[in-house]
Amino acid sequence: MEWETVIGLEVHAQLATKSKIFSGSSTAFGAEPNTQASGLDLAMPGTLPVPNEQAYRYAIMFGLAIDAEIAKTSVFERKNYFYPDLPKAYQTTQLERPIVGAGHVDIELANGTKKSIRIHHAHLEEDAGKSLHEDFHGMSGIDLNRAGTPLVEIVSEPDIRNAEEAVAFAKKLHSIVTSLGICDGEMSQGSMRFDVNISVRRPGEAFGTRTETKNLNSFRFMEDCIALEVERQIDLIEDGGKVIQETRLYNGETKQARSMRSKEEANDYRYFPCPDLLPVVLDDDYIESIRQNLPELPDARHDRFMEQYGLSSYDANILSGDANMAQYFETATKVSGDTKLTANWIMGELSARLNAEDQSIKHSPVNAEQLAGMITRLVDGTISSKMAKQVFEAMWNGEGAADEIIEAKGLKQVSDSGAIEAMVDEVIANSDKQIDNYRNADESKRPKMLGYFVGQIMKASKGQANPQQVNEILLKKLNELI
Amino acid sequence: MNNSITNQKALHDKTIAEILAGLNAGEFTSVEITQHFLDRIKQLDGTYNSYITVNEASALAQAEAADKRRAEGDVPALCGVPIAHKDIFCTNGVRTSCGSKMLDNFVPPYDATVVENFANAGAVVLGKTNMDQFAMGSSNETSFYGPVKNPWDTNTVPGGSSGGSAAAVAAHLTPGATATDTGGSIRQPAALCGITGLKPTYGRVSRWGMIAFASSLDQGGPMARTAEDCALMLNVMASFDPKDSTSIDREVPNYTANLNQPLAGLKVGIPKEYFKEGLNPGTEQAVRDALAELEKQGVTLISISLPHTKLAVPAYYVIAPAEASANLSRFDGVRYGHRCDDPKDLRDMYMRTRAEGFGDEVKRRILVGAYCLSAGYYDAYYRKAQQVRRLIKQDFVDAFEQVDVIMGPTSPSPAFEFGAKGDDPVAMYLEDIYTIATNLAGLPGMSVPCGLVDDKPVGLQIIGNYFDESRMLNVAHQFQQATHWHQQTPAGIASEAKDTEGAE
Repeated sequence: MEWETVIGLEVHAQLATKSKIFSGSSTAFGAEPNTQASGLDLAMPGTLPVPNEQAYRYAIMFGLAIDAEIAKTSVFERKNYFYPDLPKAYQTTQLERPIVGAGHVDIELANGTKKSIRIHHAHLEEDAGKSLHEDFHGMSGIDLNRAGTPLVEIVSEPDIRNAEEAVAFAKKLHSIVTSLGICDGEMSQGSMRFDVNISVRRPGEAFGTRTETKNLNSFRFMEDCIALEVERQIDLIEDGGKVIQETRLYNGETKQARSMRSKEEANDYRYFPCPDLLPVVLDDDYIESIRQNLPELPDARHDRFMEQYGLSSYDANILSGDANMAQYFETATKVSGDTKLTANWIMGELSARLNAEDQSIKHSPVNAEQLAGMITRLVDGTISSKMAKQVFEAMWNGEGAADEIIEAKGLKQVSDSGAIEAMVDEVIANSDKQIDNYRNADESKRPKMLGYFVGQIMKASKGQANPQQVNEILLKKLNELI
Repeated sequence: MNNSITNQKALHDKTIAEILAGLNAGEFTSVEITQHFLDRIKQLDGTYNSYITVNEASALAQAEAADKRRAEGDVPALCGVPIAHKDIFCTNGVRTSCGSKMLDNFVPPYDATVVENFANAGAVVLGKTNMDQFAMGSSNETSFYGPVKNPWDTNTVPGGSSGGSAAAVAAHLTPGATATDTGGSIRQPAALCGITGLKPTYGRVSRWGMIAFASSLDQGGPMARTAEDCALMLNVMASFDPKDSTSIDREVPNYTANLNQPLAGLKVGIPKEYFKEGLNPGTEQAVRDALAELEKQGVTLISISLPHTKLAVPAYYVIAPAEASANLSRFDGVRYGHRCDDPKDLRDMYMRTRAEGFGDEVKRRILVGAYCLSAGYYDAYYRKAQQVRRLIKQDFVDAFEQVDVIMGPTSPSPAFEFGAKGDDPVAMYLEDIYTIATNLAGLPGMSVPCGLVDDKPVGLQIIGNYFDESRMLNVAHQFQQATHWHQQTPAGIASEAKDTEGAE
C-alpha cells in the first residue's frame, strides 16, 4: 500500500556573534567549562539582559535572504521550564512576534527537480548550557559557556515529502547561513541542529500524527533517522497500531531511536512577553541598509559559477552550495588555472575524504592552495593522475606542499620520449609471443591487448612513465611491426 | 529654622540636608556621625528589627574615606552622609537576602547600579534593611528575619515591603534609605511610618542589581524624613543605565532646583474613586485637611475620575505574580542560595529547595502567577490584565490633560496590628488600592506625612506625570514648609524637644 511522508524541520543555527545575545560573554567554542559565563549567564539575582544588536542584524540578513517579511516590531518572550542547564529556568525566545515572518527556501534535487519549501517564520532566542552526565560520579556537571549563545530558529512548513528533500533543504539552509556569514555551520560543534517532525499518511488524506526527533547534527544522521522513523510509523499503522505524538531521540552511531517524552508529559511553557526587554522596533532605513550590504547568496553564486566557470548546473550546485566550499573552489581554481580538474578533485577525492572523516572543508587538512599546487603539476605533466593520488594522500597526512612531496618521494613522471621509447623497445623485444598474438589478432580485438604492454612498460618505469606518452609510442611501434 | 536650633539637634535627628551642612561646616566628621548611627542601631534596633545586616567595619572605612575626600576638597553630592540600602539591592561582598531564607547565604559579587551611584556620591552604607520576603507583602510580616516593628507603636506593622527602610528612617536609625516599590512598597510604609518616600517614573532608576519581583512594575526610590532629602537622594539614585534595557535615556535634572517654587496656580486632581468606602474616616479627614492647606497656597483642586481604579488591584494581582513566577524560578538550588540537604535526585532537589527556601506568601504568588500564565488561562487572565493595564494608564493620561498632579490618600488606614490581616491575603492586597495603579501606569508617586490618627501617621499621596518628579518634590516641599507633620517623631525617638510643636 502506498504511503506519503510529511516532514517539517525546525533548524537551530547559532549566530556567529562574538558575544552572547544578552551578555558580553564570549561565544567561542571549546573553552574550559564555565569560563565564558558572566553573572547574567548564571542568572545571578538582579542581573538584566541587554540585547546584542548584531544578533538582530544577522536574523534580519537571514530573513532577507529567504525573501521573508521582517517584523517592524518583535517581542522576546519567556519560555518557562526547569532544567539545570537553563539558569533562569526560562528561555528568552520569540513566539507571537518573531523577527522573521513567512518566506521560502528553494531546493534542487539530484534529478534536477526544483521545489520551494515554505518557511513559517524564524525567531531569535538564546541557547541553553550543557549538562554533562559523565565523569561526575553519578552527578551531572553543568557547563554554562553555551548558555546565552544567540540562535535563530527556522521553522519550515510541512512541505517536505522525503529524506532527500529534507537533506537538500537542510543543506540549502546551511549554504544560506554560511554564505551570509551569520553562522559558522560547524555541525559537529552543534552550530546547526535539526529537529525533524515526521508523519505519514495515505496520499490525499489529512496529516497523520507526527513525532519530533530532536537535535540531529549531521545530514547523514538526518537521512538515516527519517528512513528509520518512516518505516517505524508505517509498520506501526499497518500492524493496526497508532502513532503517538512524542519527542524522540536518535543516536547516529547506533542508528537507533527512542522515545524521550510523550505529549502528555510535555511542559506547559507558560510563555509571556519578557518584561526586562522592550519590544524592538525597526525602521525601513535600517532594514534597507542591511539589504544593500547582503553578501552573494547561494542561488546567485550558482548561476555565476555556471557562467564564469562553465560548470554544469549540478556541479555548480555542489561547488557553490557551501560558502566554504565555494571559497575553496574559487581560490584553488584561480591558482591552478584548470577549472575542470579542480572541480573534479574537489567533488571527488577531497569530498570523499572529508566525508569519510567527518571533516568540514573549512578544516580540510589539504587547503585550497595546496590542492591547486598539486593540480598544477598534474596539468604540466610532472605527475600522473595515479601519482596525484599519492601526493594528495601525503598532503592529507601533513607531509607538506605538492612540490616537496613530489621531490621527496621521487614521484616525477618520465615524459622524456627517448627514455620511454627505450622502455617500449625493451618490452617489445621481450614479448615475442604477445607480439605474435597481437599481429594475428582481429583488428577489433587489438586495443584490448594493449593492456599487457602498458602494464609491462609502467612496471619497468616503476610507474613513473607518462601514460599518455606510453600509449602513443607503444601504438606507433606496434603499428610499425605489423 | 535657624542655625542655633539645627546645631542643638542630636546627630541622628538631623536631615540629610542638615548633615551635609554640618559636614561642610566642620561641625562633625562622617566618622563621628557614622559611629553615632552605628551605636544607636546597636542600642535600639533590637526593638525595631529594621536592619538585617549592619556593616560596622565597612561603614567606618567608607566614612573615613569620605572625610579624607572632603579634606582634599573632593566633595561629591552625599560625601560622608550615612544611608541604608534595602536588602533587595545587591551589594558586592555583603550578604543580600531579599528578606528570604532562599538568599540567606547569598553574597553577590557585584553592586547594584543604585548602590554604585551612592558609593560614587560618597555616601556611607550603614547596613541593609529588613523587608518583606522578595518584596511581597504590605506589613513586613513575611520577612524571614522576623517582622519590623513600627516605631510609632511597636504592636503595629510598619507597612511593606520596604518596612525596614521606613522604620529605620522613622526611628532615626538612618537619615535616609533606599527602597523599592512594585505596588506601593515605598509609599505605603512611608505613610504608615510618618516619613517621606518617592517612587520615581518607571525607567528613571536603574533596576540592575535590584532583585526582581515584577520587572515591569519594580522601581527603586528614596525614603527620608523630608521632600528635600528625597530630592538630594534622587539626584544620586536616578541615572540612565545601559545595563538595564528598560532604563530611560533622559537627562537627570537637579531635583532640588524647583523646591522653593510657589504653588499658586497649580491644578491638583482629586480622584473621586480614592475617597470611597474602605477609606478610614480619620485618614480621609487628614488628607482633606492637607488639601485645604494647599488651597491656601493657591492651588486649585479639581475633581477628576479615574474610572478603572477598581480594576487596578485585580489586574496587578495577575501581572505581578505572573512576572514573579518566572523571575523567582532561578532560585533552584543549582548555582547559589539555599539548597536542600541530601537531594535524592533533581526533582527532589528542586521541590525541597523551593519548598524550604520560600515562605507562604511567595509560594502563593508563584502559584497564582503560574496559573494565570498556564495553557487555557493566559487569555482570560494575563492578556486581559494587560488590556486593563492599558485602560488604567489611559485614565491617567486623560487626567493629566486637565491637572498637574493628582492627590489622595496613600493607604486606606493607618498602621494595623500584627496578625490583623495575616489570614486574609485579599484584605492585605487592598492596602495598596491607591498606590497600585501608578505602578501599572509607570507613573511617579510620593507619600508625605499629613496628619495623625490615634497617634498614628497618615500619608498624603502625590502622583505626578511621567518624569515630573521635580514638580512632585516641589509640592511636597512647599507642603512641608507650611506644616509640621514630617517633623513629628514617635515617642522617645527625637532627643530634643520638638522644636516646631504647635506650629499649626
